Amino acid sequence: MKILVCICPVPDTTTKVAFSDNNTHFNTQGVTFIINPYDEWYSLVRALELKEAGVATAVHLVTVGKADAEPVIRKALALGGDEAIRIDTDSNDTYAVAAQIAEYAKTDGYDLVLCGKESIDYNNGTVGAMVAELLDMNYLGFAAKIDIAGGTATVTREIEGGEETDACSLPLVISCQKGVAEARIPNMRGIMAARTKPLKVVAPAAVDTVSTIVGYELPPAKTGVKMISADNMDELVNLLHTEAKVI
Amino acid sequence: MGTQTLSSAIPGGGFLLQASAPEDTFTPENFNDEQRMIIDMCNEFLNKDVIPHLIELDAKKEGLMQSLLDEAGKLGLLGAAFPEQYGGLGKDFVTATIINECLGGGHSFAVAMAAHNGIGSLPILYFGTQEQKDKFIPKLAAGEMKGAYALTEPGSGSDALAAKTTAKLSEDGKSWVLNGQKIWITNAGFADVFTVFAKVDGKDFSAFIVERNTPGLSFGEEEHKMGIKGSSTRQLFFENCAIPKENLLGEIGRGHVIAFNILNIGRLKLAAAATGGAKLALKTTINYAKTREQFKVPIASFGAVQHKLAEMAIKIFASESALYRTADWIEKKEQELKSTGHDNAVLGAAEEYAIECAMLKVLGSENLDFVVDEGVQVHGGNGFSDEYNISRAYRDSRINRIFEGTNEINRLLVIDMYLKRAMKGRLNIMAPAMAIQKELMSIPDFDTDDAPFAAELKVIANFKKAILMCAGAAAQKLMMQLEYEQEILMNLADMLIDTFQAESILIRAMKMQAAGNENAAIAADIARTFIFDAGDRINIAGKNAINAFADGDEQRMMLMGVKRFSKVAAYNTKEARRRIAAKLVEKGHYPF
Ligand SMILES: Cc1cc2nc3c(=O)[nH]c(=O)nc-3n(C[C@H](O)[C@H](O)[C@H](O)COP(=O)(O)OP(=O)(O)OC[C@H]3O[C@@H](n4cnc5c(N)ncnc54)[C@H](O)[C@@H]3O)c2cc1C
Repeated sequence: MKILVCICPVPDTTTKVAFSDNNTHFNTQGVTFIINPYDEWYSLVRALELKEAGVATAVHLVTVGKADAEPVIRKALALGGDEAIRIDTDSNDTYAVAAQIAEYAKTDGYDLVLCGKESIDYNNGTVGAMVAELLDMNYLGFAAKIDIAGGTATVTREIEGGEETDACSLPLVISCQKGVAEARIPNMRGIMAARTKPLKVVAPAAVDTVSTIVGYELPPAKTGVKMISADNMDELVNLLHTEAKVI
Repeated sequence: MGTQTLSSAIPGGGFLLQASAPEDTFTPENFNDEQRMIIDMCNEFLNKDVIPHLIELDAKKEGLMQSLLDEAGKLGLLGAAFPEQYGGLGKDFVTATIINECLGGGHSFAVAMAAHNGIGSLPILYFGTQEQKDKFIPKLAAGEMKGAYALTEPGSGSDALAAKTTAKLSEDGKSWVLNGQKIWITNAGFADVFTVFAKVDGKDFSAFIVERNTPGLSFGEEEHKMGIKGSSTRQLFFENCAIPKENLLGEIGRGHVIAFNILNIGRLKLAAAATGGAKLALKTTINYAKTREQFKVPIASFGAVQHKLAEMAIKIFASESALYRTADWIEKKEQELKSTGHDNAVLGAAEEYAIECAMLKVLGSENLDFVVDEGVQVHGGNGFSDEYNISRAYRDSRINRIFEGTNEINRLLVIDMYLKRAMKGRLNIMAPAMAIQKELMSIPDFDTDDAPFAAELKVIANFKKAILMCAGAAAQKLMMQLEYEQEILMNLADMLIDTFQAESILIRAMKMQAAGNENAAIAADIARTFIFDAGDRINIAGKNAINAFADGDEQRMMLMGVKRFSKVAAYNTKEARRRIAAKLVEKGHYPF
């Protein structure tokens, strides 16, 4: 069984978000990129566990991104995985990203495609489902537990107020969230091996782009808090009326 | 002046006699991708497995320290620099230094780890027989065995060779029988294997490998310490403790070679760990200063606080620049020695740069102490509370000026090594020192050079002249008596340590500017601010030294000289520090 794990580079969570070109582009200057945590902590580690347990024979990583994504890919390879594929293009359009992954996946029959439940930058959470559709595979979203045996996946999903367990035959795309695996730290050997593992760069396929970002806006800056003593209710009412204008 | 020639291979101590070419000087900006990944990995390990457990570690929670060391072993951090044939990863010296620096933010864990894979493992790795290495090193590399080093005794600390512990060959000739006491032994609570120094028949200082469960070896209670409370420290008692004859490490009477050689590397690694610890303390402090408000504004907006934050970053930049410059020298020397078939290339290389290792030990620990002290100050009352990490950082920092040779001993060593190397002809100090005395009689050269940093380079060259002038004259005048004039030796060591840092910072700033690094302007601010203050420090130290041994015309002439050679052009350090602080506040951490 061959597994393809989608690895998405995302800005480090401490990034100070800023925009350029008239608020139409995310300004990447000085930004550190990391592996999308859902990809790193859950889908990648679960894929590695399946390989370690002898269930999977190979784990490949795929990233849609330009050359500047390579440090992130090497980090993923340091955690494990046999080889990585970088599709040499960049897009903010979820469909285009999914289509690139699907076009590549078609060329190298995978039984299981794992991705995170969402990427923490644009939070669309739809790449997995689109890849499944484009590959004509089954899809299970938001998995919290994944077991594979005899060509069937048993997947537990968190639902409102409880859990649901599904069985589904392979080939299959699963999006992963907390619970699927425990985050790992790459070890020294992994880091040393990552340098020499194959990282194939493939030309992007001709796919449609269905949406473009026309503008970003930051949330309004948080304003300060005014403390008013409990025995000064009149002042409170006055401020709520004249300053906050909520009553 | 003939004393400043460019060369890539600067011999140990040689920085005083020749300038380094920026392109030949290694700085953290030169880390490769793999080293950057290792930094990320170490930080991940610290943040996930160590930092959340600091309180339990300090409470000496049973088994916790060992399990963290086990974890570090599994990640390959313990044996990273050990040869592959012994289960290590054969990583280079710079990479090993990086690991020590990063994990330096681990408080007591950092001490336990450094003791384990430094002084606890290296004596066997470098001086062991094939059998000894095969038996212990793979397990030490994996963390399956923990190591410790037992040199200090109640009656012999700085004067380590005065140890009273004895070793006697048993009557059947099959074992060594140890008697005596060791004190302050890091990791003693759980270590499986100890390198123990003892005198064979009460006279020949030698080293032995002692395993934990040997009958006749017992342990004191855990010491109650001011800091690094999570690090195990106990006494060892040897009462007719018989170890196999094969456990002699190295040769009889050659224990000092082991003890001192291991310390060279230990000193550099202590500087590395101190640098990592200081970075963490700075980060904690910046974030406190950004969020704590007084007079309705964050305290980070006050100039007095900005001054402190900037100064903390300057000291860290100094430690870091000097550290990696030296680590790379050692690394290159190691490669050179290896290619000529040297058995213990790392040790030989560390010996070559023993002067720099001793300076690093002093400057690394004192810069850390400065950083945690000001860190507490910026935290105000909270800094004095156990609930804030900065108070732990403050307590944990203090030991670094004491162990691995006190800072006084290391300062003395710096000068002692210079004088010995000069005497043996390894370093030509006297000729340039004489040349400077001649220069003093001549009219100062007022040439100006507009090249970037030309003025600062000239200042550094002058600092070196101030040192050579004072040291040369002191040696000439006092000769064998100089050894007993420790105050003068301390002055000279301080001048050297300041100059070594100033030059390391300047070269790094120059490199960053040449490479268009985004932080180049801040690095230049740091360099100029450090150099400006160093000038005054060097002037004072020089004056104190001169006044202690010179008089009359000679004194006047030399006081003028030291003033001339420590002169730095006017520079607005207030504005520079504000720019540095602004960068720190923007980034929220040490930005390099
Ligand atoms: C927490 C901790 C952990 C330690 N871990 C280890 C370990 O794992 N293994 C080990 O072997 N040791 C260890 N040590 C011991 C440590 O190395 C010694 O404490 C240190 O070398 C100083 O020796 P001392 O305490 O006897 O001080 P002393 O040598 O008595 O020094 C006292 C003061 O006198 C000064 N002084 C001494 N001699 C001179 C001189 N010639 N000229 C000028 N000034 C001088 C010193 O600088 C110092 O200021 C540890 C100590 C501590 C506190």
